Amino acid sequence: MELHKLKAHELKKLINSKEVKVEEVTNAFFNRIDTTDDKIGAYLYKAKEEAILNAKRLDNKLGAEGKLEGLGGVPVAIKDNISVKGMQNTCGSKILEGYISPYDATVTERIKSSNGIILGKLNMDEFAMGSSNENSAYKKVINPWKKEYVPGGSSGASAAAVAAFESPLTLGTETGGSVRQPSSFCGVVGLKPTYGRISRYGVTAFGSTLDQVGTIGRDVEDCALLTGAIAGIDKMDFTTVNTPVQDYSKSLIKDIKGKKIGIPEEYFGEGLDDKVRKCIDEAIRVLEDNGAIVKKISLPLTEYSLAAYYIISSAEASSNLARFDGIRFGHRSKDALDAIDIYTKSRSEGFGKEVKRRIMLGTYALSSGYYDAYYKKALKVRNLIKQDFAKNFEEFDILVSPTSPSTAFKFGEKTEDVLSMYLSDVYTVPVNIAGLPAISVPCGFVNGLPVGLQFIGNYFREDVLFNMAYSYEASTDWHKKSAVIE
Amino acid sequence: MVKKMEYEVVIGLEVHTELLTKTKMNCGCITEFGGQPNTHVCPVCMGLPGSLPHLNKKVVEYGIRAGLALNCSITKLGRMDRKNFFYPDTPKNYQITQDELPLCRDGHIEIELEDGSTKKIGIERIHIEEDAGKLLHTGAGTLVDFNRAGVPLAEIVSRPDMRSPKEAVKYLEMVKSILSCTGVSDCKMEEGSLRCDANVSVMEKGSNTFGIRTEIKNMNSFKALEKAINYETDRQIKALEAGEKLSQDTRRWDDTKGITTVMRSKEFANDYRYFPEGDLVTLNIDNQWIEEIRKTIPELPREKELRFVEQFQIPRYDAYVLTITMSMADFFEKTAKASDDAKSASNWLMGDISKIMKENATWVEDLKFTPEQLGELIKLINAKTISNAIGKKVIVEMFNTGKSPEIIVKEKGLIQNSDEGEILDIVRKVLDANPKSVEDFKNGKNRVLGFIVGVIMKETRGKANPQIVNKLVNEEIKKY
Amino acid sequence: MSVTKNDVEYVAELARLSFTEKEKHELIGDLNSVLGYIEKLNELDTKDTDIIVNPYYIENKFREDEVEPSMELKYVLENAPQILEEYIVVPKIIE
Repeated sequence: MELHKLKAHELKKLINSKEVKVEEVTNAFFNRIDTTDDKIGAYLYKAKEEAILNAKRLDNKLGAEGKLEGLGGVPVAIKDNISVKGMQNTCGSKILEGYISPYDATVTERIKSSNGIILGKLNMDEFAMGSSNENSAYKKVINPWKKEYVPGGSSGASAAAVAAFESPLTLGTETGGSVRQPSSFCGVVGLKPTYGRISRYGVTAFGSTLDQVGTIGRDVEDCALLTGAIAGIDKMDFTTVNTPVQDYSKSLIKDIKGKKIGIPEEYFGEGLDDKVRKCIDEAIRVLEDNGAIVKKISLPLTEYSLAAYYIISSAEASSNLARFDGIRFGHRSKDALDAIDIYTKSRSEGFGKEVKRRIMLGTYALSSGYYDAYYKKALKVRNLIKQDFAKNFEEFDILVSPTSPSTAFKFGEKTEDVLSMYLSDVYTVPVNIAGLPAISVPCGFVNGLPVGLQFIGNYFREDVLFNMAYSYEASTDWHKKSAVIE
Repeated sequence: MVKKMEYEVVIGLEVHTELLTKTKMNCGCITEFGGQPNTHVCPVCMGLPGSLPHLNKKVVEYGIRAGLALNCSITKLGRMDRKNFFYPDTPKNYQITQDELPLCRDGHIEIELEDGSTKKIGIERIHIEEDAGKLLHTGAGTLVDFNRAGVPLAEIVSRPDMRSPKEAVKYLEMVKSILSCTGVSDCKMEEGSLRCDANVSVMEKGSNTFGIRTEIKNMNSFKALEKAINYETDRQIKALEAGEKLSQDTRRWDDTKGITTVMRSKEFANDYRYFPEGDLVTLNIDNQWIEEIRKTIPELPREKELRFVEQFQIPRYDAYVLTITMSMADFFEKTAKASDDAKSASNWLMGDISKIMKENATWVEDLKFTPEQLGELIKLINAKTISNAIGKKVIVEMFNTGKSPEIIVKEKGLIQNSDEGEILDIVRKVLDANPKSVEDFKNGKNRVLGFIVGVIMKETRGKANPQIVNKLVNEEIKKY
Repeated sequence: MSVTKNDVEYVAELARLSFTEKEKHELIGDLNSVLGYIEKLNELDTKDTDIIVNPYYIENKFREDEVEPSMELKYVLENAPQILEEYIVVPKIIE
């Protein structure tokens, strides 16, 4: 039995029925990591010692208590911008080289108290800015399906690790599609929850009003398992909400009879690759076969979402990244002459090109004379985008679209022109602006590369998302396909 | 002859006061002063990656309380903002503050001018914000202590309504008095819990167009405030008269040299790029909460002042001085009630006691004797058991030991001697011993009486009843 | 609104970043490209639209004024690039 090829919910069952030990499972994944990660490049830190110690502890706990609830001893790997006490937190950047987090993020605490085993920290685009993981200051991550292709980003490693069986579950983060898009490129299931569903405490901020922790697994049940373990209000994050977390296991049913699905025509325009379109159309038919009612709708604000997104996220990032200054932690330039110089030198040495570009854009958008025209304007457009969605959710339970206009692209293909990289986020970004939840599930292949199907739900209706996604998955085989690492 | 231009100074004050909450504005670290450096910190106030702020409800409450006491209207729907700038004492390199929607707006206070009239000084706005850490400049570099980073402040911005340094001082005194009365701050300028910056400009007398203003920082006392404004006013007028153009600088008051100097050019620092703090949520302050807070405001200094005049029949000026601090006002009121002699209570507190307190750098809260004991002292004097002069000695003992006046009088045998017979004997004895003085008196030198009384008081170690001594000396000397 | 070299230098100073001449030149192009795309937003009439900051409206979240344990000094010091006893050291600031 290749333990690393099993799904999380399967592993939980085996552990609880005492057929396999937590320590065995943990070792199985580290073996897989040892043999595979040199090629994939997903792990920035492998927490083997800590993981084995914890695995032993959980095996004892299982012996004493009879069962392991929650994550049930299943391993999870965490994107390197989510704090784990005692571990690095580079955010894919040189400016945080050497920094050890003295505290756990809330989601980390919840994984620990939910009997999860943390395998290590995952690679990412620097400070979550990117759509291909090419902006990591450390090493590149390859798409497990085809090594010349990017895994997507910024949570490229989080998606690739799952697709390459290097962890059954991973945490990523989203600001503009950074969990859904790589999930789509890597053929795995990735959820971005409603803004305020999962705590951001301990998650290095990029865009404060956009960021959310996302969950990635090989199938919908796995994704739901991880989400359920970490979701819920947190007193350490004032933007989380009191709304009770549903029991997602109850949503894992095939029945979607009578559910109304809206298909926004703006997501099926010229930019969409024809072969991808075919996969999506086919997927929609499956949903209809399962009893859902499908109707075309319009979201006219879609074409403005990307512009609003880039202003809001860059502006907020320019402020959130100000704390990286070489004073209290991280990289401090050796050449600094005085206290002013120390900032400029440390930051210029420590940050990569894309990060600097976004900080410049964001600072400009907030600067004197431009604030109203850019940032304030974008916040007004946010209002219009929210209204755009709200109107449709009065009638529809869910909206369906492709996750990305294309499958994964090649390394270096989009790095020349700044706009072309940004434009690949066009189907994911509106959801972040409005704060709605959305999930990407695999729905086919084009030239050997996975295609992602996106479901967009109403606020705090992750239950509906899981239901629809599960129904689709139960009628198809895509989640059973495995990448063969070359 | 060319008429020399007459100028008027225009002053606005920005006051920062540390709010007396147990914990910081956005985290649960303690606000206590001192402590080992960098031990009252956490991921939030240190600005570690991933940290998020948690707004302290008491900070909002105290801000509203201050606003109500300063006659402001409270903003119903508001929020927190970020002010972005880089400085080593600011961990996140932005400060959580309020820009567009401050907690309180459009307030005012009344100050009393020297001619007895009152003047209204407008308050533009009050908002809450985080304080920065402390920097220690040494030869080995600048040392940073983040204990103070995140301590809550209220910033009170006045309208540019003041027209003299004295008005500015009066305003600051009144604001301090009101704020400490509400309990939101202890307002100790020497300890830095009350800080003041002044915006100063000059304009032609009678004009409505304000001149270019400069901001003055680093004034650490009321005196410094007055001196700095005077200096700056002169400097600006001299510059204008010399045909120079003034620039909108930030200047630092140097108390030793008595001058203001331009601070390092902060032109870029002025672009603070304010935008809403997305990690915190909308502040929706309803009337119910406002009214609950209003109820917690005790009688304010001016109300108390007027009541003292009315209830205790003391002069306006006395009432004003006694209500500058809550503790003094309280002490006075209790003494007045205990002694049934408000005027004496006022005299003692404003006179001898204030002097001793100043000499010993003591606050009213730390006095060893109680208002009731001071009341006893006044009663003893009014009953003529001791003289006023003796009383002045007793109060010093009371200050040093906290013993009651009765015990002190008994222990030191200070009871006034009002036995006319005894005193008469002493009078005659002294007159007999000083024939020259008697001679001088006969020759019209009345001053001699004072000398004789002095000798008698010395003989009796101050215990003879001075009124009786005076009477008997006057009567007896005529018989010689 | 066209971005100039002066703008780039002004913004770089605000953001405490330094660039080579070549990098500045590239930035002018990049910023103009993105800002040009962002001009799109002016097609929308938002005169009477309110801003929305938090995507999901929440109000009145507070923390009670209760003391929480602080971080141990060792965690402050072990991540600091330069320390002196309990202080973090930065190069001298010229006021």
